[in-house]
Amino acid sequence: MSDTTAPKKSETREPLFHIAKREEIVWWKAWLIRAAAIIASLAACAAISRFLGGIDPSSFFRSMLSGAFGTTRRIWKLFYELAILLCISLAVTPAFKMRFWNIGAEGQALIGGLATAACMYYFGGRIPTPLLFVVMIAASILAGMIWAVIPAVFKAFWNTNETLFTLMMNYVAIQLVTFMINFWVTSGSGTLPPMSEYALPTIGNAWILNIIVISVLTVAVYIYLRFSKHGYELSVVGESENTALYVGINVKKVIIRTMLLSGALCGVTGLLLVGGTDHTISASTVGGRGFTAIMVSWLGRFNPIFMVLTSFLLAFLGAGANQISNDYKMNGSISDIITAVILFFVIGCEFFIQYRIAFRKHGKEEK
Amino acid sequence: MLKKVLSTVLALATVLTLCVAFASCEKKGTENLKVGFIFLHDDTSTYDKNFMNGAKEAQQALGLKDDQIIFKYPVEEGKACYDAAADLVDQGCTIVFADSFGHEEWMIKAAKEFPNVQFCHATGVKAHTEKLDNYHNAFASIYEGRYLAGIAAGLKLNEMIAAGKFTAEEAVIGYVGAFPYAEVVSGYTSFFLGARSVCPTATMLVDFTNSWYSVDAERDVAETLISKGAKLISQHADSMGAPSVCEAKNVPNVFYNGDTIATCPNTYLIASRINWAPYFEYMINCVKDGKAIDTDWTGTIATGSVVVEVLNEKVAAAGTKEALEKATADLKAGTLHVFDTKTFTVDGKEVTTYLADVDDYGDFKGETEVIKDGYFHESEYRSAPYFDLRIDGITDLSAK
Repeated sequence: MSDTTAPKKSETREPLFHIAKREEIVWWKAWLIRAAAIIASLAACAAISRFLGGIDPSSFFRSMLSGAFGTTRRIWKLFYELAILLCISLAVTPAFKMRFWNIGAEGQALIGGLATAACMYYFGGRIPTPLLFVVMIAASILAGMIWAVIPAVFKAFWNTNETLFTLMMNYVAIQLVTFMINFWVTSGSGTLPPMSEYALPTIGNAWILNIIVISVLTVAVYIYLRFSKHGYELSVVGESENTALYVGINVKKVIIRTMLLSGALCGVTGLLLVGGTDHTISASTVGGRGFTAIMVSWLGRFNPIFMVLTSFLLAFLGAGANQISNDYKMNGSISDIITAVILFFVIGCEFFIQYRIAFRKHGKEEK
Repeated sequence: MLKKVLSTVLALATVLTLCVAFASCEKKGTENLKVGFIFLHDDTSTYDKNFMNGAKEAQQALGLKDDQIIFKYPVEEGKACYDAAADLVDQGCTIVFADSFGHEEWMIKAAKEFPNVQFCHATGVKAHTEKLDNYHNAFASIYEGRYLAGIAAGLKLNEMIAAGKFTAEEAVIGYVGAFPYAEVVSGYTSFFLGARSVCPTATMLVDFTNSWYSVDAERDVAETLISKGAKLISQHADSMGAPSVCEAKNVPNVFYNGDTIATCPNTYLIASRINWAPYFEYMINCVKDGKAIDTDWTGTIATGSVVVEVLNEKVAAAGTKEALEKATADLKAGTLHVFDTKTFTVDGKEVTTYLADVDDYGDFKGETEVIKDGYFHESEYRSAPYFDLRIDGITDLSAK
């Protein structure tokens, strides 16, 4: 910043280095920086666990890899976690591209899950199963859409702050789930027993259905954002609302339409979580993925295909870091520390991709 | 480009899986007994830490290696519990243990899927009705420990009365409960009966936080109880909320699941705790010897499952140690019964018959007669507590 102001004296000392925005970076350079960041972060983590827990680096990496890939079940679980996180990240992406800060994905997915659970609870066994599935799908999508469209309408018509509004809607959803569980469960255990007989059908194992559905959604969202008129409109609204108005885009309509889509995708996440794998619901069914999704989306530059990689990274970190704390019977904080350090490097390296550091050149006078 | 990255990642993943799989194959031949433990939280929760310490104690006692005892935490009360159990089976565990009430449904699901693995669950209620060969419940008669802690509390009240700090009628005990369930009711009633056995004028105020672990709620309830005249505080909740209030206000405190003598040296009196090591040793030995594990196992003071933590001599009244030794001996000998029907009344009357809800089908209807030979037979027909009588002398503040 300071070096852009004109020097007052001709004898101004040039700083040792200054930061400048990069014009363009070749793709392989960008990936080289990212790879270097990941290697550096792993080295930092190995060092930290060595000093905090006395874990030698080779067993540190072995633990981490075995947590993610150790058994067939773990590999399936990893890809399942990747898929669910990706699904909820796909949901927030159109809104983010529109510069609408939807941080309410947690609540939108949870309310979709609650709608699914309610259908299973009230209609299970009372209506034919295929019809039940249709009702579950419709109810979860509708519930997610309602939860998302409320802040969108307020934003479109009264320009309320969507960040706060969507955030607060999360807490309403969480409390509603807690309330409904207490309403349904009278035994005092505070947990709703699994309703597995009304769950969505499984193909092969419990995870494949979710993985297939989400793969299809990923491609669909990619096409929607990249090639559809809607996708173009929402990115124009994101770049500049005035431009959008000038070219005749109905901004209110775009905001509401995009958030309906966001909410619907969150609803699907809730459906897959409750109807597909968990067969029950609790306040922690979504488990913070609604917030992690924000990072996935940003790190993936709002590109659904890149987001597959960032979801993979986060799912891998979750499984691997937890394995380290379990293997060494250490406090759960160690896995949080490891995850945080790696994310710090990964997010931090984006800075070096966007900007370059120019060092003072010796023996050369500034003009 | 992207395809290349993806295929590289996938190829790497496959290679690593194979490596790990081969590595674990080598280990299997040398040792076949592995025990998996599922905990709700990590060791910051006193409840889970108590189980972890029990597991480590059993490991030492039986001379098991570190890699024969596998921990999984934090594991939520839901599908995560089933996943954790299945993962432990994949790792070669022949016994899987889970520590929280809400894990039960998922442990049963896993037990049905893996009939060759023994599933043991603490605090659960369904083993005796599910009738699976490989699913078992366990608990301990912690009411005995609470009764003993109650004796120490009653003697402390007597000492304060004698010192003129308050009158005999003002000897009020405050109790911070988690939820108004049988487990908690059984706990505070036994504690109260212990106190009243030595301090006949003692009464008790109880309130609930509706959470097993909430520092703020437990602190608030403790403060309310003290403001309503409680002269001593005890609890059935898992945080340090209440003890910290007691230390600040100089009110004697009886803790649970560990001692607070280091952090509350001036007010910590005594604590009771379930020691899980005897059960863990029992279940591991059963599998080692090819014997069946009890469907419903209740640890007692005699099995070493119910223990009283260190008595703080600085706070305790004179003669407490001797009184505790005598009561312990009487409990072990079976001459003293905590829920002796002559020692309490409900609505002014002695209880001579009571049907408890032992078979937990969610109907809340009692079906088992639990009063025989002049006392309430707690934890005998099922390991998890079912004493839920509201006796005279205890006021439930949440009921108002």
